[in-house]
Amino acid sequence: MSGGLDGPAPEERPTPKGRRTAQGIRVDPEVEAQHDPRRTVISALVEHEPGVLSDVSGLFSRRQFNIESLTVGPTEDEDRARITLVVEEPDPGIEQIKKQLRKLVPVVSVQELEPDAMRRELALVKVNAMRPDRVAAVADMFDGKTVDATPETATIEITGSDQKIDSAIEAFGQFGIREISRTGTTALARGMTDTAREAPPEESAQNEPTQPQQPHADDD
Amino acid sequence: MSERASSITSPTETDDPPTGEQHADESATTQDSRAESDTEQEPVTTGAQSVIRALENAGVEYAFGVQGGAIMPVYDALYDSDIYHVTMAHEQGAAHAADAYGIVSGEPGICLATSGPGATNLVTGIADADMDSDPMLALTGQVPREFVGNDAFQETDTTGVTTPITKDNTFSDDPDTVGSDVSEAFALAREGRPGPTLVDLPKDVTKADTDHEPDDPKVPDTYEVQERADPEIVEQAARRIENSSKPALLLGGGVIKGEASEACREFAIEHEIPVITTMPGIGSFPEDHELSMEMAGMHGTGYANMAVTHCDTLIGIGTRFDDRLTGGIETFAPDAELIHVDIDPAEISKNIHADYPLIGDAETVVTQLAEEMETSPQATKWRAQCQQWKSDYSMAYAAPEDRPVQPEFVVEALDEATSDRAVVTTGVGQHQMWACQYWTYTEPRTWVSSHGLGTMGYGLPSAIGARIAADDDQEVVCIDGDGSFLMTLQGLSVAVRENLDITVVVLNNEYIGMVRQWQDAFFEGRHAASEYNWMPEFDKLAEAFGAQGFRIDEYDEVADTIEAAIDYDGPSVIDAHIDPQANVYPMVPSGGDNGQFALAEDQL
Repeated sequence: MSGGLDGPAPEERPTPKGRRTAQGIRVDPEVEAQHDPRRTVISALVEHEPGVLSDVSGLFSRRQFNIESLTVGPTEDEDRARITLVVEEPDPGIEQIKKQLRKLVPVVSVQELEPDAMRRELALVKVNAMRPDRVAAVADMFDGKTVDATPETATIEITGSDQKIDSAIEAFGQFGIREISRTGTTALARGMTDTAREAPPEESAQNEPTQPQQPHADDD
Repeated sequence: MSERASSITSPTETDDPPTGEQHADESATTQDSRAESDTEQEPVTTGAQSVIRALENAGVEYAFGVQGGAIMPVYDALYDSDIYHVTMAHEQGAAHAADAYGIVSGEPGICLATSGPGATNLVTGIADADMDSDPMLALTGQVPREFVGNDAFQETDTTGVTTPITKDNTFSDDPDTVGSDVSEAFALAREGRPGPTLVDLPKDVTKADTDHEPDDPKVPDTYEVQERADPEIVEQAARRIENSSKPALLLGGGVIKGEASEACREFAIEHEIPVITTMPGIGSFPEDHELSMEMAGMHGTGYANMAVTHCDTLIGIGTRFDDRLTGGIETFAPDAELIHVDIDPAEISKNIHADYPLIGDAETVVTQLAEEMETSPQATKWRAQCQQWKSDYSMAYAAPEDRPVQPEFVVEALDEATSDRAVVTTGVGQHQMWACQYWTYTEPRTWVSSHGLGTMGYGLPSAIGARIAADDDQEVVCIDGDGSFLMTLQGLSVAVRENLDITVVVLNNEYIGMVRQWQDAFFEGRHAASEYNWMPEFDKLAEAFGAQGFRIDEYDEVADTIEAAIDYDGPSVIDAHIDPQANVYPMVPSGGDNGQFALAEDQL
């Protein structure tokens, strides 16, 4: 073996006192800073063109961002589509998601929604209809609508937050669920607040402080 | 530039290569009149002509590529252009040559390939450019639109394959806009944080009639680049630097790409702040300057790693804090407040949390910082400490008489034999690290290597691109390893055909040496698939290609052989047989603590 160099060995060297977390944040040993994952909704306005959805979904898989749901659809502007993402990541991860999304050339604007944003998901739940009256009663409890009924099955449409749909599915479980299809969450900001729209350049400034937000209070 | 084009073409007149003659004739008559030829340009009549016109409008002078079925219309249009095309032996070489052209010239390098295997052969080079943020535009042929999606002959979903490794890519499906797609891709490759872009060109689109001239190269409206950093954070950062007692600058590849080397040098010297570089940042600051700590990271100098570990303020400019630089995140510059300058907001706090995020162009932001500084930090003790580390952890190596030639000696002799502006390219492995450590870099754009992707075989094709981009008075030296060289040495045929003055020095240890070193350190010396004692004789192989071959076995052959090879006007290859047991130190093991770098195997 050759190629070694002279100099004080590792154990003879001074070592610094500080350290960083695995997220690269310098730690004051007194105040341990570690971000827990939180769930949030990110809305992205994108060019309405082929390939954008695969660009976005590919970004999430190759960077190992934890994604709960992704929906896409047209907007008021025929050249633009809106992608709504529900993600669960610690704050640095959420910031990375927003920044990486903004880097994609066909992405026009990206916004994390406030906890009070309107969020809706639609689900179709097909259950066994041995007891149609009781199925209808459960559907009523969740403001559901029966969209198909046969002697054997009933299919109910439920709209609402993902928690509401989770609860509805649990309630329908007693009849025996045959199939479920859910759309994933779509969302808009309330009132005069913009969701994610064509922004003048200064609004895309990236020096946003990372503010941990409260878990979303749901509006249903 | 026209002299260079004709000097490159001149040897081809006698050799009569497949692509040379037409260009040789034209370069004499049309290159000089290009300035006024804009108004006289023939209108475009096909998609392919619009593609080539877009390149011409962008000022492209060279392209690297390989012909093939689906790209033929584009080549046919290129035949009439002043753009000089270098036919490569393999598409991977075309991508690396274009990448290196981009590094040395600062302008996007262009590579062309056909559909299917042509495009997939480019992939390694595109991924390499993507990891290193090098400006590059790849143009790929594609099967005609009506066949796309049918698994046609030589069909690959090229945009699908390259999405994760390009800054942006486009499937160009309209003859009227195909030229503008190329213009936009060119602009995107160079604007903001540079990177590779790709335009996929179906054969029927390039063959189709169109009279649409391409738009000027311009990025799309959705692409915005912030040039100036937030003045408030600049002010806070300047105060932090002023009050720091252990400041350090960490210059990354973004300093070179952003043409900020001069501004960073002035800033460092004015405020007497020690300078560390990343590997892509090599050349941003003169390594012979007192303030230079050279490269930090896995095989960085001991003094750079001590400085980065102990500083209290780290000014990182144009670096993405790659794991080979940081080692373990927990122990990276643990006492330092980080001022992070980067043009890409997504790099801020990606790996290391930035206390002062400064988003913008490196030169602009460093100038903002310089203007904001009122005093210099009081860091006399720190500077003395840094100098002490430079002597404690000197890179002086042993060269025992009873061992074969040490690689460090060859690298130093090469550096000695060439000018300050010589360009060094490398493959990947031990030889690359010795080329980092034992060559003294003083100028930006003289270090051309595969950093992020670590592509063995990068050295020779990148030397071809570098040679074409470099000035005539700059030597181009490829320091290669035996394993790396074997991967792409078919490029020698190109270097010979184009009579490119390149000196390849193979540090031949008959091992895939970095793997052998790790096997010795971490796999109980079990040399699985790392012994390369089946290598050809590279000097003879070079001769077979028509290049000049040399061989070194002994110390007393080193200086003369290098001199003869450098003096040779054309491609030459030195097969330098070095100590097969030589190892690269210092070394920070993967995920280790930079401050605990090992100086020898027993410290790992």
